Amino acid sequence: MTPLLSIQELQVGFRMGKLPPVQAVRGISFDIDAHSTVALVGESGSGKSVTAMSIVDLLPDNAERRGRILYGGRDLTQAGAAEMRALRGREIACVFQDPMSSLNPVLPVGLQLCEPLRLHLKMSPRQARERAEALLAEVGMPEPKRRLDAYAHELSGGQQQRVMIAMALACEPKLLIADEPTTALDVTIQRQILELLAALKARHRMSLLFISHDLGVVGEIADRVVVMRHGQVREQGAVAQIFTAPQDAYTRALLACRPGLSGPPPARLRVIDEFLAGDDLAPQPPRAAKDPRSPVLLEVRALAKSFWLRQGLFGKREFKAVRGVSFRLRRGHTLGVVGESGSGKTTLGLTLLRLLEPSGGEVHLDGRDLLETGPLALRRRLQIVFQNPYASLNPRFSIGQTLVEPMAIHGIGAHRAEREQRARELLAKVGLDGSAFAKYPHEFSGGQRQRVAIARCLTLQPEVLVLDEAVSALDVSVQAQVLNLLRDLQDELGLAYVFISHDLGVVRFISDEVLVMKDGEVVEQADAAQILSAPTQDYTRRLLAAVPRGWRAPLTP
Amino acid sequence: MSAVLERSEGVWHAAWRRFRGDRLGMVCSGVVAAFLLMIAASALGWVAGDWQREIGVSSAPPGFVGPRAVESSIATAVPRGPNADLSDVDPLAPRYKEWDERAAQFRSVEIHKLQTLPLGADRLGRDVLAKAVKGTEISVFVGLMAALVATFIGTLLGALSGFFGGRAGDLLEWLYNVFTSIPGILLIFAFAAVFGRGIGTVVLILGLTGWTGIYRLVRAEFIKHAVRDYVRAAQAIGASAMSRMFRHILPNVSHVVLVQLSILTVGFIKAEVILSYLGLGVPVDQVSWGTMLAEAQSELLLGHWWQLAAATLFMATFVTAFSLMTDALRDALDPKLRGLE
Repeated sequence: MTPLLSIQELQVGFRMGKLPPVQAVRGISFDIDAHSTVALVGESGSGKSVTAMSIVDLLPDNAERRGRILYGGRDLTQAGAAEMRALRGREIACVFQDPMSSLNPVLPVGLQLCEPLRLHLKMSPRQARERAEALLAEVGMPEPKRRLDAYAHELSGGQQQRVMIAMALACEPKLLIADEPTTALDVTIQRQILELLAALKARHRMSLLFISHDLGVVGEIADRVVVMRHGQVREQGAVAQIFTAPQDAYTRALLACRPGLSGPPPARLRVIDEFLAGDDLAPQPPRAAKDPRSPVLLEVRALAKSFWLRQGLFGKREFKAVRGVSFRLRRGHTLGVVGESGSGKTTLGLTLLRLLEPSGGEVHLDGRDLLETGPLALRRRLQIVFQNPYASLNPRFSIGQTLVEPMAIHGIGAHRAEREQRARELLAKVGLDGSAFAKYPHEFSGGQRQRVAIARCLTLQPEVLVLDEAVSALDVSVQAQVLNLLRDLQDELGLAYVFISHDLGVVRFISDEVLVMKDGEVVEQADAAQILSAPTQDYTRRLLAAVPRGWRAPLTP
Repeated sequence: MSAVLERSEGVWHAAWRRFRGDRLGMVCSGVVAAFLLMIAASALGWVAGDWQREIGVSSAPPGFVGPRAVESSIATAVPRGPNADLSDVDPLAPRYKEWDERAAQFRSVEIHKLQTLPLGADRLGRDVLAKAVKGTEISVFVGLMAALVATFIGTLLGALSGFFGGRAGDLLEWLYNVFTSIPGILLIFAFAAVFGRGIGTVVLILGLTGWTGIYRLVRAEFIKHAVRDYVRAAQAIGASAMSRMFRHILPNVSHVVLVQLSILTVGFIKAEVILSYLGLGVPVDQVSWGTMLAEAQSELLLGHWWQLAAATLFMATFVTAFSLMTDALRDALDPKLRGLE
């Protein structure tokens, strides 16, 4: 049987000025059979999106393709612009990562759905509208007739992604390319979209090229998996083989580095480089239990934060982002805060630091009421690390300036030389060498920037660190390194963490206690091991059930 | 710990490297630099210090055109009436002799007026080239100073309004709306009537009326940056509002400010020309491109085009070079155009 699409020795390079082209994809080959799902897995920069986009020739102008992409007996690298236009949407359709920016905000979604129908299938407006409604119904949109006239911002993220999928399905393509379609969505929504894609694939007998960085997601949906790194295929094979008997060290590393939900949490996470260096895979000793009698450092009682939204001309409406949150955090312990987007996790973190003024409640640090002490004194003891390491460092400050500034503000260190000395020591502590001192943020990778952000917090010798999705934007391997670093720092300095994350696996690895939030309220609060093994609330159970767990062997009777 | 400081390519250094790669930008900045040298020389009195001297004949043409042909004067008809004693008609006639004797006691030099000058002469016989050089000094000075004033006002108010928002933002928006709702030329006239005439006045007028555009842009940038994570992080380490505004955000929006500064400079040079043309600009004892153009209007009727040509040439060259340099500067400074960052 000839495959639907066959990629042979594909190379993609990007011309950058006068320099030789940067090779993003270096000679990869794989096939997509009819009616099957192939997943491309890799970390950022592995060339997986570039590969997918080169199939439909949606690369930027400075890209150069070599090799062959065979589809229906034709070589798509040689196809002309008109031929490609006829193919795109009609036979090969795409769904992208961010549904909000893929939908046109000024047109109702119905109109955008009708466009490919009228363009490719030459339907009349009335026919197209009827078909669009049927498509929305098919992707599981409630009240499809009414949604036709809705604008993108009136839909939730999951609904937007459904519209994108409906658009891609409009002309019944033979191949659907889904580029990280669930990465921007919550776990529960991700679960729904994955199920939808699988159902649609079965119903329409189409093929799916699924791109993801997450092996857990891939294991649930793919038939074949292609693991990519640095523009090369490291391993490809059937999903069961990849998960049960991975041949390549990198694949094994990817599977092992991800903090999972099963087994006892290890003391340290494995790092990909250790795997590739050929270290033995001896099981880690389970982590030592923490002293449950260490003193309570942070005590929060009925903390609340409301925002006032304008309504009408003069009216105001109260929106309660955080309502009545209480918890206690002991020295050297970690409190995990989980919940879906919009549950108030981030607002809670910002309110703790008084980056947002709380509307009610009390925060006691070491028995002193923080809401009554001056903000400057507070800043020294509570610090925050933000989610996006690309945005949280000032691009015009060198790393040295970034680290010296907080010490200068708080008068730590007698003079400049002493502060710089301390800054260098901290850089060493977070695993960066002295050459980083004079560099600027753009010269670092995401993981290194997050280390700098952590070092900046440590300059003030805080006691509590709020980590707001601090590892969510990082690749799996880097995530493991930063989590290990946080663990080491906690052991060494006795820091207490408030760890905000949507990733239950990560929270399980680092937390002692977990707080589950929904709509600004705490729905469940318990010991980490207990909450994940025996959740008492429905909501927690749903969250847990939605976490992708990779490939599982079908139960044999 | 070694005392060796590892230097790294700074943001400004990288911008300069990119700017150097832009050939058109480099040529234009060369032209601008030449103009600035000329302005410095003229300000120090090395060149064009004597632009007021009338060294040529009235409206002497440029050298490459050649001297004007001597017009054959039509002889006035000789009166044919009887001879008359002038003293009968002219009561001063008896004293002419006395005055001639007095005048003979002083030395008088016959000034040799030049028939042609490199770029011609104006109505009074002043060298157009010297006037253009001196005019460049005044015009560029006015343009740059006014742009600095406008940029300062616009950046300060924009930063306050964008960063704090709320009541302060509303107040400043109201001020902005009032300023932009008045027709520009009317506003300029109003300021001109209050302040009187002079170079300083022109700078103030243009500065006080021209800050609105940059205010708007800086405000938008500050609104955008105030909620960025790096500013939040600065707040978390205890940086004051002033420090966040001017140490953290301002360097990150400096490309907007710098580019606006140069765009305003070009605009104000042209505005000064218009003001001077309307008679509201620089004082009569000074020269700018604008006053040259104003004079050229009446000269053009007589076919004396060179003053107009000289002023236009200087202005066009400088403004074009400056604009293109600005464009290259923007490309080099804007982090958004840099691709990977």
